[in-house]
Parts: sequence; structure tokens; C-alpha cells
Amino acid sequence: METTMGCCEETRSLPTSRRAVLLGGASFAAWAYLPKFARAADGRDPRLVLVILRGALDGLATVAPIGDPDYAGLHGAIALSSSGPNAALPLDNFFSLHPAMPEFSRMYREKKAAVIHAVATPYRDRSHFDGQDVLESGFAGPGRVQSGWLNRALDGLPKGERVTSGLAVGPITPLVLRGAAPTVGWAPFALPQASEDTAMRLLDLYQHRDAALGAALKQGLALDKAAQGDDMKPKPGAGGVAAMRLAARGAARLMAADDGPRIGALAFDGWDTHANEGGSVGRLAQLLGGLDGALAEFETVLGPRWRDTVIVVATEFGRTARINGTQGTDHGTGTVALLAGGAVNGGCVIADWPGLKPASLYQGRDLAPSTDLRAVMKGVLQDQFGLAEKVLAENVFPDSSAVKPMQGLVV
Amino acid sequence: MARDSQAALVALNRFGFGARGGASGDVLNAASDPRGFVKAELGRPNRVLLDVPGLQSTPALGKAVFDYQFELQQAREAAAKSAAPPTAGEGASPQPDAKAQRRNLSLNGIAMEMAPREPQAKPAENPAAMAPAEAMQPNAPKPPPQPLNIIQKTFRAEALARLQRAVITDGGFAERLVVFWSNHLCISASKGGLARMWAGSFEREAIRPHVLGRFADMLKAVEQHPAMLFFLDNQQSLGPDSRAGKNRNRGLNENLAREILELHTLGVGGGYSQDDVTSLANIITGWTFAGRLGQLGAPGSFVFNANAHQPGAQRVMGKIYDAPGVAQGEAVLADIARHPSTAKFIAAKLARHFVSDDPPQVLVARLADVFTKTDGDLKALALALVDSDEAWRAPLTKIRSPYEFLIAAGRLLAQIPNNPNLYLAGLTALGQPLWSPAGPNGFPDTNAAWLAPEGMKLRLDISTQIASRLAEGVDPRDLLELAAADTASVETRRAIERAESRQQALALLLMSPEFQRR
Repeated sequence: METTMGCCEETRSLPTSRRAVLLGGASFAAWAYLPKFARAADGRDPRLVLVILRGALDGLATVAPIGDPDYAGLHGAIALSSSGPNAALPLDNFFSLHPAMPEFSRMYREKKAAVIHAVATPYRDRSHFDGQDVLESGFAGPGRVQSGWLNRALDGLPKGERVTSGLAVGPITPLVLRGAAPTVGWAPFALPQASEDTAMRLLDLYQHRDAALGAALKQGLALDKAAQGDDMKPKPGAGGVAAMRLAARGAARLMAADDGPRIGALAFDGWDTHANEGGSVGRLAQLLGGLDGALAEFETVLGPRWRDTVIVVATEFGRTARINGTQGTDHGTGTVALLAGGAVNGGCVIADWPGLKPASLYQGRDLAPSTDLRAVMKGVLQDQFGLAEKVLAENVFPDSSAVKPMQGLVV
Repeated sequence: MARDSQAALVALNRFGFGARGGASGDVLNAASDPRGFVKAELGRPNRVLLDVPGLQSTPALGKAVFDYQFELQQAREAAAKSAAPPTAGEGASPQPDAKAQRRNLSLNGIAMEMAPREPQAKPAENPAAMAPAEAMQPNAPKPPPQPLNIIQKTFRAEALARLQRAVITDGGFAERLVVFWSNHLCISASKGGLARMWAGSFEREAIRPHVLGRFADMLKAVEQHPAMLFFLDNQQSLGPDSRAGKNRNRGLNENLAREILELHTLGVGGGYSQDDVTSLANIITGWTFAGRLGQLGAPGSFVFNANAHQPGAQRVMGKIYDAPGVAQGEAVLADIARHPSTAKFIAAKLARHFVSDDPPQVLVARLADVFTKTDGDLKALALALVDSDEAWRAPLTKIRSPYEFLIAAGRLLAQIPNNPNLYLAGLTALGQPLWSPAGPNGFPDTNAAWLAPEGMKLRLDISTQIASRLAEGVDPRDLLELAAADTASVETRRAIERAESRQQALALLLMSPEFQRR
């Protein structure tokens, strides 16, 4: 088994003095119940943003193991290459980043971004709904839990020292932020219209089942497009590239405020790339460009707060290692998680790399998961907010004591 | 089982508003005895009445609105006397893009309305918590909240009662019949304050009590209802030779008479002539409602004003009517209610509504026959429809009207409306504003009307909105089972299972042929 280990040199042990301390009173009564976790030791005021990519991100296309001899064959026509037009951006001598993510590449070089590869939640099946349930609930399996681990993390902060409210970006509070701790909501658009992806799926269904509905909808969509013109106005819908930036900008503005929420969650849709996924250019490239822009937006708008921020980008599962017959990938297991932010101890790809030999693939199909995503989350929560390991193992991620918090993710 | 499920869907979708979510067991109940399931509601006559505390009678509502308008008028007169004329432009509100914005707000609103209270309730507990979000849109217009006037309040209360009934009722056949008849004998709330005030009470008083009764009774109740008399201007119609007609030098208004013959009973080509229209118009002169001062009767109630009535005998459809007073018109209505043309017209319209745009002629003929033989017994007519094999065999080709679509979504998601505004906004956006058809012929009832490109695009947006707020906590795969059971197509099942999020899956479900067609 080939192994590329984490290369973050400055792994530090965590001083116990990093506990949450309430700083002063909130300046606005309205925000009296907001988190203030400034740490006495270094005066930091940590922030955490979780970005959920719904639809299962192709980790092998995002951070390509170009050094793995089996990668190019498996990913075929959509495999990234370190040469030629739109060459992948090298991260180390094994992994390269998708060329649509120059900002993340820069952050990585500045050691403010990191990649955890071959990562997965404990979920091992292939349903989006159930996979998202596990990702957000923090439980080991799907089961209609009505609270999420980020909310329970808020709730687990030391009583009396916290003023908590999570920020849920979007028209609904995602499961990860639902629960006993209060949340505030903000949606970037008055009316998110149906995403193009949904429309395409529906047209496909109509094509098979109901041609008349399909014809009418197709025409309606075309009319709508014509009416809107081809201006650069952000298309509503969670999947749009400009929409990702807008959501990030709004969230960052709220979280940059002195008395703004310290923990936020966003979800971007559209990562279910079964067909025409594209390689260095194409559909996934567009989405990754949108994500890259959103990360840059956070950096800019958070301003001085960026220093204290960790953004975690996670998805419910990965995709098949081998491309399918329609130049896409199907539901898989192992994928990547991305960290970005001034507080990230970055510049490294952390992976217990399982390799892409047929025998190494999970069920002969997927990048085998070798890292539990919960370890990443736990590590970040512990480092950023001083949450005790016991709380993390029992409340935030129930029954997860075997999954140790990953050390050294945060500066 | 497969055939039973198919029949269950006919029972629930063709004859009702679709299956309810939650633990209703609608599909199972309907599958065990599909026809019995549909008929059961007709055996409970209270199902068609809408006795909701707080909803008032038409005269009471009339009195309230007369008083309100009188106060407004007095206030205006007082203001005109005392104050200088207002500077021009002061009251004019700039509203660029107001129309475009309204559409968006309304769509957003539907989903807000349908959203469960809990997740979004947090900001309410801490109302200022949303302030920073609002601060991010400094240009967002914030109109000062205007207190609702008596007309708006009444309309919303009436609408809410109807919406709630539709969402919670068992299968919905009785309620669908109410909607059918209310559209057949429609008024439009857009006619003005009185029509808006009375739109709900018109349906409650003139339609509902007769939906399972006799057509002739419904017809009489409708044509004598103040809302209809106002909507089609009959309160202004004066017999040319009546005392009032001579005094005021005004005369006949044929509007109501024409629509009675053309739209309410015989139908275009039903065998009537212009002379028949004029004669009927003469006959129903004097059919009006009492005004604020109540000189002829209780304010807001139907009255016969003999002073306005055209004296003398009239010939309609070859028959002489010479009874005095209001009885003359009642006799005409009683006759044309049982005319063969009426039977055919109504049979075809009913079959078109429930079965298909081009219903089997055998079915239409049978329904017309039932109508004739039972002397317009509408319960017998409804039962004949349910008993017809054609209604159960015809493929589910009709697209749900916007009203049926929104109600079906509310039922499947088990969301009982507690605020009508957002349903109302959605209906307006989709082209079916509640109780407000563009003309006296009511809303259209064909696929051509509702299966329009813009309409489909809007349905998709609305479905997405609803899904974005309601998908959490529900499993669209389970909802598909509730909505379509084992009749769901492989493709729809797959599209929902493979959707990349619950939200997307729910939007696809609401837009699926299984949900859109009935």
C-alpha cells in the first residue's frame, strides 16, 4: 500500500489553556446570544464554516493522485494531467489540484489550506439522502435524527461562557445545524429558482414518461432564459457559480461582525456528476471554480477574521474511481475533505493512501476510505473551540470514541 | 394489488385532491374499495357545507361593507371640506418592477406558508436576530404594514376556510364537486369590493348546500344571490316600462340573462335566441339586493324590487311566462334547469372536468340521461360518474389545475394552511387567482390551458421553493409511496432515488407525471 502521509511539519500539541472565554458583553442586544469564544491564550476569536457539497464530490477529480500509476487509466478521458492546457496544479509530488481552483492552490502554498484524502463518513452505501444524513447528523448510520453535530457542538460549549447561535445559510437550516442550540438563518436570494440540474433531471424524466409535460417545460425554460437575457446576473439556484460567491459573501459579512455568528454552514448543490463530468474543463470544473471563488470570498470579506477561521469543505461520499459509459462517475465512497482558512495548519495533503490498484478499491469500485471524516471534524472542533474529547465522542459524534480527533489541523 | 393501486389513484387523484401524507393511509383505504372510498364522502352531507365560526352570512357581510364604504365616503367628504387639496405626486408611489417583484415574493411566499413552523420559528423568538441579514439588503423596500380593511380580512378568512377544508378532507370528491360547481356558476372577486366581500359567502350559501341536491335549486340560489346579481350587473337593470325605468330613463341590462342561458344552463348553441335573452332579462328585472339603508329589506339580502320589474308576460324558448313578480323568473329558471340542452351541457362539462378533455361520448350521454331522469339530482349525477367504468379506465391524462396542484402538495406534505395569503399568491402566479376568473365563463378546464410553458416553469419554481423548505424531515421515497404506491413508474422512482438531495427529490416528486396528472 502506497502511503503519502500528512506533511504538516508544525504539528503542535494543544495547550489546555485554549478554552473558551467570554469576552465582554455583546454590543447589540439583538445579538446578545451569539458565540464569543475568544481564547485567552492568544486572543483569537475562532470561526468555523462548514461547506457541504451535496451530490457527492469526485475527490479523485478535485485532488488527483497523478502520481498513482492507476489513476489515469481509471479516470480515463476526464483524468487531470500535470501537463498540457489547463494542467493540474501540483500540491506535492503525488497529488495535484484541479486547475479550476487557483485560489485554493495559493492558500495551500501559503500553508492556509490542506487536503484530507481518501476520507469518508462511516456511511458505506450509496444513497445521497442517507449519506447526507450521516454526514450531517454525526451519527454512524442514517436514522432520522433531528439534530446535527454542528449544533450539538454549539450546545456542548462550556455553559456560562458561551453565547451561541449558528448561522444557517440558505432557505432552510441544514440538518447539521439543527438542534437545541439556536441558529439564525440568512438566505442570499429571495427566490432561489429551480436549479438547472433539477430542470434537466425533470426533462429527462418527462422524456421517458410524459412528452407533453416535457415539451411545455422545455419551452418555458427557454422563454425564461430569453427573458432574463444573457447578462452576468447570478442565476438563482444553489448550483450557480456566481450564486456560490454570493452566498459566501453574505455569510462572511455576517460572520465578520464583532458580534456575528462564529459557526456557519452552507450547502452547495450540483455535485452528482453521473454524466459529462468533464475534466480540467467542463461541468465539475465550473462547480469547483465556484467553490474556489466562494473560499476567496470568505478570505476577502472576513478580513482580519480570516486569521482565526477554518473552513471545512465536505461531501456525503465520493464517486467511482473508474469513469462510466457516459463520461461521468457513479456513487462511490472515499473522497476528499478540504480545509481552508487563516487558522489552518496547511500546505499538506493528509492521506493514508490506499492506492488505486483493483484489489485496493473498495468493492472493486471506489477509492477505499482510510480516514474517518469525523476525525477531521473532531480535530477542528477541539482545536478551534476547545471541545473536550469526551464531549466530541459522546455528544457531538455519538459512539465515536474509537475515532480520535486528528491533531494539528489548526495553527 | 397493482390494479387496486391504480384504482386507488383514480379515486384519490381523479376524484379527489390526492393522497394525504402522514398516517392517513389514504392509498390503502382507497385501494381496498376505490368506488366506495369516493362515494363515502357523498354520504356525509355536512361535507359540502362549510360552517366555520366567524364566517358570516351575505347580508351581515353586506351590511359591514356598506358601513365601511359609507365611513370612507364620509371621511373623504370631511377631508375635502376642511383640507387643502393634496399636492400632486405625494400619494403616487414609485413602483418600478413592482410586477416582477410581486411574482417572486409570491412564489417565495408559498413555500414560506407551507414550511413547518419549528425550524423557521427561531428568528421569531429572537426577532432581531434577522436584523443583520436585512441590513445586508439596505435597498429592500419596507412598506409600512397596512391594517387590513374589512373586505381584505373577510376574503382571507373565507379563503383560509376553503383551503383548510381542501387540505384536510378525506379524499376530496365532495370538495372537488364544490370547486367544479363554483367555477361553473362563478362570480369574480375582481369585480369590486362587494364581489370580493361576498365571494366566499356566495359559494357557502348558493353552491355548497346544493352540490348534492338539485341543479334547479342551485341555479335559483345562484341567480338570486346578491354576489351574482352584483357580478353580472342585474341590480342596475330596470324594466323599460317599469316605474323606475320610466322615472330614471334607464333600462335593461342583459348581462345576467345572457350568461344564465349561455353559461349556466343551455350552453352556446343550446337553442336560445337573442329574443330569449331579452325576454329573460326583462323577466329578472327587479332581482336585486337591499342597500345600506335597507328600504326594501335587510341590507345585503336578495330582494325583489317591483318598481324595477318589467310588467307583463314574456316568451322564453317558446313558452309564455305571465306570473307576477319574482315567480315569473323562478318559473323560467325551473324550466331551463331541466332543459335537455342543460343536461347535455352539464354532462359534458362534468365529464371533461373529471375524466378527460375529450370525454367518451357514451359517458356524456349517460350522464345527461341521469341528469334528465333524476330531474337534475346532482348527487345521482356524481354517483353515475363514479359508477361509470369510463371514469376508472381512462388514462390519467389531465394536468392538475394550479389549485389542485397546490392543495395536493399541501396534503401530501401534511401542511394545514394557517395563512391563506401565500396560497393565494401562488394561485395568482399560476393564473388561477382564487374566486377571480377573468370572465363569467370561469377558469378553463383543459390541458391546453394549464399545460403552458410559462406555467410549467413556474410550477417547477414553486415545487423547488416548497421542497427547499419542507424536504428536511421527510423522505421523498416514502412520499412517493404515499402519493403513487406501486403505480409509480420506474423512471420516476429512479429520478427521486437518484436526486442529489432531499430537496431536489421532493421537487422532482411534485413535478412528476404521477403528481401532476390526474
